[in-house]
Amino acid sequence: MLHLLTSRAAPPSRRGFLMATLGGSSGLALGFALPESLAGGRAHAEPQRTPSPFAGYLFIDRNNTVTVLSAHMDMGQGIYHGIATLVAEELGVPVADIKVEGAAGNPRLYGNVTVGGAFQLTGGSSATPSSWERYRRAGATARTMLIAAAAKSWGVAATEVTTEAGSLVHASGKRATFGEMAEAASNLTVPTEVTLKAPAEWTQIGADNTQRVAGRDKVTGAFNFTIDIRRPGMLYAVVAHPPRFGGKVKSVDATAARKVAGVVDVITIARGVAIVARNTYAAIKGREALKIDWDETRAEQRGSDELVEAYRRALAVPGTIAAKRGDVAGALARASKAIDVSFEFPYLAHAALEPLDAVVERKGDSLEIWGGHQLPDFYQAIAAQIAGLTPDRVKMNVMPTGGGFGRRAVADGDVIAEATEIAKAIGWTAPVKLLWTREDDMRGGRYRPLYVHKLRASLGPDGRISAWHHHIVGQSIAIGTAFETSLVSGGIDPTSVEGAADMPYAVPDLQVEVTNMRAGVPVLWWRSVGHTHTAYAVETAMDELAVLAGQDPVAFRLKHLANNSRERSVLEAVAAKAKWDEPLPLGRFRGVAVHKSFGTVVGMVIEITATGPANIKVERVVAAVDCGIAINPDVIRAQIEGGVGFGLGAILHSQITLTKGIVDQGNFDSYQVLRFDEMPIVEVHILPSTRSPSGIGEPGVPPVGPALANAVAAAIGKRVRMLPFDKGLSA
Amino acid sequence: MITIKLNGRQQTLDADPGMPLLWAIRDLIGLTGTKFGCGIAQCGACTVHVDGVPTRSCQTPLSSLGSAEVTTIEAITGPVAAAVQEAWTKLAVPQCGYCQSGQVMAAMALLSENKTPSDADIDAAMAGNLCRCATYARIRTAIHDAARALA
Repeated sequence: MLHLLTSRAAPPSRRGFLMATLGGSSGLALGFALPESLAGGRAHAEPQRTPSPFAGYLFIDRNNTVTVLSAHMDMGQGIYHGIATLVAEELGVPVADIKVEGAAGNPRLYGNVTVGGAFQLTGGSSATPSSWERYRRAGATARTMLIAAAAKSWGVAATEVTTEAGSLVHASGKRATFGEMAEAASNLTVPTEVTLKAPAEWTQIGADNTQRVAGRDKVTGAFNFTIDIRRPGMLYAVVAHPPRFGGKVKSVDATAARKVAGVVDVITIARGVAIVARNTYAAIKGREALKIDWDETRAEQRGSDELVEAYRRALAVPGTIAAKRGDVAGALARASKAIDVSFEFPYLAHAALEPLDAVVERKGDSLEIWGGHQLPDFYQAIAAQIAGLTPDRVKMNVMPTGGGFGRRAVADGDVIAEATEIAKAIGWTAPVKLLWTREDDMRGGRYRPLYVHKLRASLGPDGRISAWHHHIVGQSIAIGTAFETSLVSGGIDPTSVEGAADMPYAVPDLQVEVTNMRAGVPVLWWRSVGHTHTAYAVETAMDELAVLAGQDPVAFRLKHLANNSRERSVLEAVAAKAKWDEPLPLGRFRGVAVHKSFGTVVGMVIEITATGPANIKVERVVAAVDCGIAINPDVIRAQIEGGVGFGLGAILHSQITLTKGIVDQGNFDSYQVLRFDEMPIVEVHILPSTRSPSGIGEPGVPPVGPALANAVAAAIGKRVRMLPFDKGLSA
Repeated sequence: MITIKLNGRQQTLDADPGMPLLWAIRDLIGLTGTKFGCGIAQCGACTVHVDGVPTRSCQTPLSSLGSAEVTTIEAITGPVAAAVQEAWTKLAVPQCGYCQSGQVMAAMALLSENKTPSDADIDAAMAGNLCRCATYARIRTAIHDAARALA
């Protein structure tokens, strides 16, 4: 196993230069590359030649500041704190003393291990599974080297040196901070093997506290996002996009726009017309003054009603089989008790509060890009191509983002490509900050796809499910993108059928099929992806079947779950915590759902008060979670609370609709999300586990909708199968 | 040229009087703690205090300010600010953090007017501030916590 030692400051030959440049204040540092067995491929040679010379997982400066370089972007899911905790545990410093920065430019270090490690990815709730091992190893390696350096310096055996809270200590009374020993440590050979702590030795992993790295900065306005980047001489850009997806610029009259005070330039780019100005307001005013004639010969002209109609027609034609066992048609034909239901799920916008943005600056033959990069290597390649540079000349600064929910993981790097194109068009004369206004963000597509489902299921004479036939019709997220070859196989995009094709209940005759529709509306992963709709269909159908069988919904589910299934443990836990077996006060009703996504199982019991379709209030949500080892219990709680609120808003209110190809919603006045007074009390129970950690950013979303729908059915007898509730309750 | 009073200082800006305060604060003055979320006073991310009143800076033209005192998140001081920021940090309210400047400004204004807000008071005062991470329940707890600390 090879290891590679790199330095935050630079290789030895350049240290003097950099030290001088930095005024000596930042000291020297340690960095560690991923062990080759994990990273795959050969060592990343000469990192000092890349635009990101500071490759590594962590560095320690002379002032004893530990900075961790995160392979994953933080969009609020708490991964910076999670990774800091892993390093802190093994290094032997309090997590509160660690700073975290985004990193990119070296897939061998930062590649996402869960997708093979070839490229960096924040997505699919995979950050912790991807980095669980390597960041603990980095911390342990640094600690071993610091101890070795101290032992050498003090002339004592390494086994006699211990660490306490960022310091090295010897029984003789000798003492040094990690920072004081960092330079000596960086000159040692990196150990080939380090021993990670046993779980019983953990003091920070699993600790239940409310610490967060940079927590304070988020209440003082000091925490910076891409939108807050300011560069000397920077100009501000907005883009006028075609009103219909697939439209192109035919001609532009920019006369009036150019007269707006502060407007510097008007440029036609591949995706529309860009206004470059001295400030955001001038750019927006300039855009309002543009007269653009659009070529819509290849644009999507259909409205969402027409799309739904086409999708419903497709339900009548068999789709591609995603899962099959037994003889569904025969079993359904024999059944005396059955359900036959269909569902409609609308397009959904991510609507992160920080809209899409990027900053691009070129200096000489180097390009620097600031953005919320979920796929920095993709965007680096795209920007390099536009700029006519090799990718290693493009430095990607990974910024934390104001929400994300999947929107910043796009194969074509939309906002990055636009910003680079604009900066290029003005001859690289100034750094450019591109901002999509709320309307651009909301009308810009990349929605959770519109889906129509049909689900037929029957009960046998024994009161168990005898057959299950589920047909899903909608747009594939991956087909037609750079992700198609790696994701799609035999016409099945797993993101269309996840949670349905692998549903956990024992059914002898089962068939799950999918029909991939084509539409000009761009679609994308949206917090919990396919599970956003499959969990709703499966878990509301289970509820209907339980009622049809005259059985309790929890007991009915348990009857169909294997004894060792994690869904069973979670369902039992949530039922117990919610006191499912005890009667509710008058006027209160409840529903249950359990669902596994991204390796994590979440069960929810939702309690509501309801006096009619127009008067439903979500009072309380009890959740049980099995996400493997809980690194930071409070981060897990926060993600479940957030998943509940995010999911509830969508289920109750959110929908993107189109009329003749034009998106009807543009801002939060028409695209409704959850507001303050609708947020219920959320109680989260984390199941103890010794399994490696699985995802937590997304799995809180899928059970919310079906648990609520089941509660509403219990309350008023109405089965909502057309979302959002604002539409489906009255349908 | 237009002069506004921001964070205790006179600021003379070369700006269109119709420019929303938000963009003057962010782009011209360079204080970025106040965030852009919607531009139409629907999300509250851009909330500042104008003479102590929580105000959506994205819908406040510079020309409307006159001699009013504008305070942004960077300049809040005093016991209410400290109690709110302390409660927010202690209870780990922020997730992404993007909306929190606006939440803090709105919560401060509430607690300055109402020392012991009920849940309903909080719901009403905070209704205009969106949080897509849905930290609402923690915000509610944090406001009660700050109120207790101030009592």
